[in-house]
Amino acid sequence: MGRFALIPIFAGVAILAVVAAAFARDPQFATHMWLISAVSMIVVILQARHIEWEADGTIAMKAKEIDGYVDGPIRAGVIATVFWGIAGFTVGVLIALQLAFPDLNVEPWFNFGRLRPLHTSAVIFAFGGSILLTTAMHVVQRTCHARLFGGEGFAWFIFWGYQMFIVLAATGYLMGVTQSKEYAEPEWYVDLWLTIVWVCFLIQFLGTIIRRQEPHIYVANWFYLAFIVTIAMLHVVNNLAIPVSVFGSKSYVVFAGVQDALTQWWYGHNAVGFFLTAGFLAMMYYYIPKRAERPVYSYRLSIVHFWSLIFLYIWAGPHHLHYTALPDWAQTLGMVFSVMLWMPSWGGMINGLMTLSGAWDKLRTDPVLRMMVIAVAFYGMSTFEGPMLSIRAVNSLSHYTDWTIGHVHSGALGWNGMITFGAIYYLTPILWNRPGLYSLRLVNWHFWLATLGIVLYAASMWVSGITQGLMWREINSDGYLVYSFAETVAVLFPFYVIRALGGILYLAGGILMVVNVVQTIRGRVAGEPSRDAVALQPAE
Amino acid sequence: MSAEKKHVDEPTGVETTGHVWDGIRELNNPLPRWWLWILYATIVWSVIYMVLYPAIPLLKQATPGLLGYSTREVLEKDLTRVAESRTELDSRIASMSLDEIADDPTLLDYAQRSGASSFKLVCVQCHGSGATGSQELGYPNLNDDAWLWGGTREQIFTTISHGVRNDTDPAAHTSIMPAFGAMGLLNRRQINDVTDYVLSLSGADHDAEAATAGKATYEAQCAVCHGATGEGNQDVGAPRLNDALWLYGGSHAAIVAQVTEPRLGVMPAWQDYFDDATRKKLALYVYSLGGGQ
Repeated sequence: MGRFALIPIFAGVAILAVVAAAFARDPQFATHMWLISAVSMIVVILQARHIEWEADGTIAMKAKEIDGYVDGPIRAGVIATVFWGIAGFTVGVLIALQLAFPDLNVEPWFNFGRLRPLHTSAVIFAFGGSILLTTAMHVVQRTCHARLFGGEGFAWFIFWGYQMFIVLAATGYLMGVTQSKEYAEPEWYVDLWLTIVWVCFLIQFLGTIIRRQEPHIYVANWFYLAFIVTIAMLHVVNNLAIPVSVFGSKSYVVFAGVQDALTQWWYGHNAVGFFLTAGFLAMMYYYIPKRAERPVYSYRLSIVHFWSLIFLYIWAGPHHLHYTALPDWAQTLGMVFSVMLWMPSWGGMINGLMTLSGAWDKLRTDPVLRMMVIAVAFYGMSTFEGPMLSIRAVNSLSHYTDWTIGHVHSGALGWNGMITFGAIYYLTPILWNRPGLYSLRLVNWHFWLATLGIVLYAASMWVSGITQGLMWREINSDGYLVYSFAETVAVLFPFYVIRALGGILYLAGGILMVVNVVQTIRGRVAGEPSRDAVALQPAE
Repeated sequence: MSAEKKHVDEPTGVETTGHVWDGIRELNNPLPRWWLWILYATIVWSVIYMVLYPAIPLLKQATPGLLGYSTREVLEKDLTRVAESRTELDSRIASMSLDEIADDPTLLDYAQRSGASSFKLVCVQCHGSGATGSQELGYPNLNDDAWLWGGTREQIFTTISHGVRNDTDPAAHTSIMPAFGAMGLLNRRQINDVTDYVLSLSGADHDAEAATAGKATYEAQCAVCHGATGEGNQDVGAPRLNDALWLYGGSHAAIVAQVTEPRLGVMPAWQDYFDDATRKKLALYVYSLGGGQ
C-alpha cells in the first residue's frame, strides 16, 4: 500500500514543481523547482518499478511483514556521512587557502562569500547531520530493542529527504540564494522542506522509543530526543520569514534589528548546543561503552549533567552579542549562563573518559577507541574555552577575531569529527557483516594526521586571533588607532597558511578513511601484523 | 530487576544500576566531588555577578546592578575623555590656516599623527597602507611628487574635501579624457604612433620612427591638456607625461590601453564624513609623505 500511495503524491509534486518553475520569479528558484521535479519523477519511476502484483492482476496492497532492525538507510547514512565529510573538508581547505591567497576566489560561484556557508553547512548539516540521523536510527533500535517506527520506507524517506535538503541548500549557496543568517542560510522553501523531514524524524524516533522493549530509556536516547526536539523549535522560530513571492527564492525574516540578532544567536548558539553537543554526546554515550565494552561511568552524573546542560544551554546565546546594541542585562545573562554551563558540559567528558576505567590498556591497541577518546578530550577543551570566551572582558579581545574560528574548529574537528570517525569505524564492519575493518593501521594514520591537523589549526588561530584582537585595539597616546585593518591582514598571512596546512592534513586523514570504509565494505582485509593484537581483551 | 541490582562491575568493584541496554550497563558512581563543587562555585559566582551588574529585566528597565555598570556609559566616557584631550589642539587647528599650522612644530606633529590615523581608517583601502597606491588598479602613489590635482597643502586639502569625479559633491574635481580608440577618434596606427611619442617625452625606450609620426597627433589631440612637452596640467588633472611616473603603467601596451579607452579615477568627497580639522590633519599628513609642494 505504502509504495503505491507514493506514486500519485510524488507525481503531483513533480507537476507542481514544473508549474512553479514556469512561473518562477528568479532563475535560482526555477533551477531548484526543476531539480525537485526531476527528483520526484525519479521517485515515481522507482516506485512504479517495484509495485507488486497479485495473481489476479490487482496491485498487492499488503506489505510483507519484516522483522529485525532497519539497517538499509543506516548503511546509506554511513556512506553519505563519509561523502559529505570529504566534500566539506575540501571546501574548508579551499576557503582557508582563499583567505591566504585571494586570487583563488573564482567569481561568482566560487568566491569566499558563497563557499563559506557551503563549507559550514556541508560539515555541520551534511556531515554532522547525516551521522546524527544515521546513528540515531542505529542506536535507538539497539537500545530500545525495537524496530524503527514506520519501518524501512519511512526511514528511507527521512534519509533521502534530508539529503535533498542538503542538495537544495548547497546548490542554493552557489547560485547566491541565502537569507544571510549564519548557519540558517537556506531560503524559506528549503526551510519548509527540512521542517517536514525533521518532524518525520521526530515521529520516527519517538515512535521507536514508545514501542521499546526495554523498561528504561537509555541516556543516549535522552540526548537524541533533546537534540531532535530543540532543533525543530530553533529551526522553525529562527526561520520565520515572509517570501516576496511564492514563486521566488527571496524572503524577509519577520524579526528586525536587535531582536533579529538575538533570535539568530539564540538559534546559532543552540545549533552548537543541541546539534553539535547534545546529538554528539548521544553518539558518545553509545559508541564508547560499546567499543570499550565497559559500563558507563556514572548514571547519576548522566542525569544531572543532562538536565543541567539542557536547561542552561538554551540561555547562553546572547554571549555572541557582547558590546552590541543588545541591552547589558541580556549580555550579562548570556554570560553567566555560559559560565554555569562549564561543569554540565564537562559531565559528558567525565562520563566518556571514565567509562574507560578498567580498560585504559585498549587505547594502546585500538585506534578506533583512541579516536573516540581524543574526541572527548577535545570536547572538554572546547567546552572550557567556550565559557571563558563568553566572559565579557575576554570577549572584548576575542570577538570577531580568528580566535573564535579556532575555538569552533577545535570543537568541530576535534570533538564532532573524531567521534564521527570513531562511530563510522565502529559501524562499518557491523553494518556490512565484516569480521573487522580493512586496516587498523590506516585508522592509526588517520588518527595522527587528524590530530596534527587540529593542533596546527587551533594553534595558528589562537596566535592569529590574539594578534588580531591586540592590533585592532592598539591605540596611541592621542587616542588614535595604530593599525589599519589591511595591516592586520598582512600580519596574519603566515598563520593563514599554517591553518590551511592543518586543514590539508585533516582532509588527508579523511581520504584514508574513505579507502578504509570502501575496502571494508568490499570485504577486503589488509595483511597487517597488528590485526590480532587488537582482538579486544577482557578488561582487567 | 532486583536480581540485576546487585550486579557488580568486576574491574572496578562498583555496583551497577541494574539496567542493561544492548549490553551496556551503568555504574552507580556518585557525582565526582570536584565536579559538583565547581558547579556550585560557578553558580555562586553567577549570582554575585548578577547582583553587581545589570541582569534581571523588570517591567520598565532591568536591574542596574550595584556597580552601576553600563557598556554604553563606559564607551561614552572613553570617547569623551579622548575628545576632551584633543579639544584644545583641534580647535586651534580648526581656526588656523594650513600654512600657519605647519609653522608650529608641536601642532604639526600632532596633526600628522592624527592624520595618519584617519588615513588608516578610510584612505588605505585604495591608496594602500604605505600610501603607495596601485598602478594595476589605478590608485595614485602619494609618496612621490607627481600630483594630478596639485600638491600644495591647500590643493591636497581641496582634493580630500571634494574628491574626484563623484556624484555627491558639485565641487569635485572633474575632467574627462576622450576614449580616442573606442570612440574612433584615432585609428590603431595613430594610437600606436602617439604612444611611442609619449614614451619619447620621458626618454623611455621607443620606436623613433613611430614617435616622429605620432608627434603631429600628440600636438593636435593631447597637448591641449597634457602640455606641449608633456608637462601635464593640474587644473584639469592631466598627468605629467615627461617623467618616469605612471598612474596606469608606463609600458607601451598600458599607454595604448589608456589612450584607446581611458580609465578615469574617482574619489569620495570626505567633507561629508570628516570635519574641517580632521581633513586639515589628513592634508598635512599626506603632504608630509614626501611629495608636498
